[in-house]
Amino acid sequence: MAKRIEAVGVTAYYGTFKAIEDITMTIEPRSVTALIGPSGCGKSTFLRSINRMHEVLPGARVEGRLTLDGNDIYERNVDVTAVRRNIGMVFQRPNPFPTMSIFDNVVAGLKLNGVRKKSLLDDAAEKALKSANLWDEVKNRLGKPGAGLSGGQQQRLCIARTIAVQPAVVLMDEPCSALDPISTGAIEDLIFELKNEYTIIIVTHNMQQAARVSDRTAFFSISQTGDPGRLIEHDVTSKIFTNPREKRTEDYITGRFG
Amino acid sequence: MTTISTPGIGTDLRGRRLPKWAPWAIAAGAAVLSYLAIYLGGLLDGGWVLTAVVAVLLYLVLLAAVATGVEGSRAARNRVATSLIYSAFVLALLPLLSVVYTLVSKGVSRIDADFFTHSMNGITAFDANGGAYHAMIGTLEQVGLAALISVPLGVAAAVYIVEYGRGKLATAIRFFVDVMTGIPSIIAGLFVLAFYVFGMYKFFNHGQGGYSGFAASLALVVLMLPTVTRSCEEMLRLVPDALREGSYALGIAKWKTVMRVVLPTALPGIVTGVMLAVARAAGETAPVLLVSGGFNSINFNPFSGNQSSLAIYIWDQAGAASQYAPARAWSAALTLVAFVLTLTIVAKLLARRSKLK
Amino acid sequence: MNPPSLPGSTQSAEPPEREQSPWGPERRLPESTPAADAATTRAQEARVPVDLGRRKSLNGEKLFRWLTTGSGAAVLVIIVAIAVFLIAKAIPAIQGDKVNFLTEKTWQVPDRVFGVAALAFGTVYTAVIALIIAVPVALGIALCLSHYAHRTVATTLGFVIDLLAAVPSIVFGLWGREYLIDPVRDLSAWLHKYFGWIPIFGSDGPYGKSILLGSLVLAIMILPIITALSREVFQQTPKMNEEAALALGATKWEMIRTAVLPYGRPGLIAATILGLGRALGETIALAMTLGGTFVISWDVVEVGGNTIAANIANHFGEADDFGRGALIASGLVLFAITLVVNVTARVIIYRRREFRSAL
Repeated sequence: MAKRIEAVGVTAYYGTFKAIEDITMTIEPRSVTALIGPSGCGKSTFLRSINRMHEVLPGARVEGRLTLDGNDIYERNVDVTAVRRNIGMVFQRPNPFPTMSIFDNVVAGLKLNGVRKKSLLDDAAEKALKSANLWDEVKNRLGKPGAGLSGGQQQRLCIARTIAVQPAVVLMDEPCSALDPISTGAIEDLIFELKNEYTIIIVTHNMQQAARVSDRTAFFSISQTGDPGRLIEHDVTSKIFTNPREKRTEDYITGRFG
Repeated sequence: MTTISTPGIGTDLRGRRLPKWAPWAIAAGAAVLSYLAIYLGGLLDGGWVLTAVVAVLLYLVLLAAVATGVEGSRAARNRVATSLIYSAFVLALLPLLSVVYTLVSKGVSRIDADFFTHSMNGITAFDANGGAYHAMIGTLEQVGLAALISVPLGVAAAVYIVEYGRGKLATAIRFFVDVMTGIPSIIAGLFVLAFYVFGMYKFFNHGQGGYSGFAASLALVVLMLPTVTRSCEEMLRLVPDALREGSYALGIAKWKTVMRVVLPTALPGIVTGVMLAVARAAGETAPVLLVSGGFNSINFNPFSGNQSSLAIYIWDQAGAASQYAPARAWSAALTLVAFVLTLTIVAKLLARRSKLK
Repeated sequence: MNPPSLPGSTQSAEPPEREQSPWGPERRLPESTPAADAATTRAQEARVPVDLGRRKSLNGEKLFRWLTTGSGAAVLVIIVAIAVFLIAKAIPAIQGDKVNFLTEKTWQVPDRVFGVAALAFGTVYTAVIALIIAVPVALGIALCLSHYAHRTVATTLGFVIDLLAAVPSIVFGLWGREYLIDPVRDLSAWLHKYFGWIPIFGSDGPYGKSILLGSLVLAIMILPIITALSREVFQQTPKMNEEAALALGATKWEMIRTAVLPYGRPGLIAATILGLGRALGETIALAMTLGGTFVISWDVVEVGGNTIAANIANHFGEADDFGRGALIASGLVLFAITLVVNVTARVIIYRRREFRSAL
């Protein structure tokens, strides 16, 4: 189910501004890859170009080659909605649909895909909520609004909503930055469990988090403001944090820069 | 791995897509079909309007059918919804463009010096000349007086709501300001008719009721007051509390803070709101028609005697039995729209420049 | 003369300055730039009125508070006064009416036989048809401006639509009566020919000023209002909810249905009801485009149609004191209808306060 992502020479623009340049990296299935780097280095841009959310913004475009198990996701006759269905995304701030119940939030993606049968939806919702470690907390109030949950629960609800459609890859854009330490711990545990089934890429500003949850870490950086972000180093997490190849990585990790 | 079968969710990224030219081809096909059947064939009586309507409907149906077949129902629904949304847009633009075109093309005929310098005094049904000078004076005086009354009152009411209002009274006032914005203009006219024209005015006029430009101003006040209050309230709320607190910290009294800090900060926004209210009031016909009486000659005094206004002038000329009247009505309409739109555009540009919004 | 007078003048100028400020030397000790001096002087000057002004500003405070409270209360007073004066003028007319004012259809004031039934029906019927035409179109334009059209195009056209909301209703009335009437006449004949079996297109002519014409003009007038409000509401949809829908693999239309429309529903309902309020109260445009009959008929193509407001505008000129009372009585009914509609809309909006800025 989990799939490999390969990026070759990916360059992304916002209008005329080049946000990232020439990113080449391979992300293995059933692993957690953390993207770290200073603000504005293009980690989120790269993340959003993996499921073609980058192009949602007016004037934004991507060049280069991005493949999911060998299938180019930017090929001309590729269906954008199929890409996003297969590569799910969890956002920085928990964003359950405010007008929907917990249950409806979880099955929103399935309903969009034409699943109507109540029993199927029930099963899928239970499975997704269990996978997101949220089932026990919400099983008695599935009909209540999703917005009534705590921030950490909302974020787990959003993860449940994402994995309910059974994607191959889950992208996480600083999923814990709006949460307290306890909720963050819960999400981190969850990420650890989810990597058995999914390919996970997580953008984070928190280096301890990167060290805790990820198998591999990619360090992005910019040489100066206005320059495009580049991939400086991509390696096994322990190597990045103990013995980085690049001086810039070391400076960032040790807090001398960024 | 235990996976529940979820039909409809494919893992294949590639979907069959209609080529870019397909919608255009379908559009062309629908147009040709409609042209042949409706325009040439005379089906349903023909005519180019019907041809266009049928072409659009055919396009939607064909697009839905083709897209469902090739891309699936979800993509088809997306395409049809997009087409519908754009057609709604075009559909709405047509009458609005027609209004503008008619207004300008028919209105320019009497835009001449005579129109802006003469009244209708002594103009018979057989005279082509005659102007709207008296009406313009009426509009300016009535709207000006209305603004003089409603602006201080409205700003003060907004200050109360934002700065002082607490508890039930403030809630009630805010609620009824909103409700008052929805009062039909003719009701404002009827109210002033009962309250002033055949009420208060008798005290100044030896027990006789009478129409006047000022009565029209009063009716406009009823209409402008909630608008001014609402927009002013919005602007006052945008003033950051830090400014107020900074002023209090200097030991400046609350009312002076409001007068010297809060109101000046919100001023550009308030001016915008006032100008929009004035623009709306200038175009009001029904209430003015009821209480100002209308008049063919110049009356500079808004407090006594009938007075005309541009809106009444249009109403009168549109109903007058003279072959020259419609031209005068259209020219007056063009003048009125030019005045109202100038005010509105200036107000909106001012709002864009203002820092608060 | 010159050399001795120069030192003399400087000498005579310096002593008074020292006298005026005995603590001058100490003051100059830290730094004696002119700006710092001026600031200190100003601060000293300002210090005096603060003590004196305290009592004064308390009075000012009280006065100001009363002034603003009074202005706020004026709104309540005006609303109450409107109701009181309309009722006071309406009572004699209703008492002088030989038939039931609420159920009578005709308007024969000289015979003392008049009622508001046909007018009230026409008012609501015309407004509802206008809404049925305008709301879907307005919804489409609002979505187009908020989510489909290119941003510069959307801003420009949004501006134009705002401007159209400012065009006076008499201009729309004039356009409807002088221009739109011909196409509508043709449309009426066509509708009757092919859809005459539907009762609302039943009339076989002649066609002209009809409910169809009035409703179309009305729809065009309220279109900018409903559009402006809905667009504002749609634009407030949180970007993160839209992205959440897209990230689940929704098509654009599915994103609109999942994120935008549910979020905007209360605002849309409020916009529709406010549009209805505007349509119910519209006077001049309908006075110029409706036929002005006094019957209750569902037929939209026949010459006819009337509303309370249009009837007031059309019959006001010929009315005597009693007739004015009768018209005011009908106005009272209109006032009540619009009040109910507006209060309903406001209650909905107050439940979702974030939409208030849009209205």
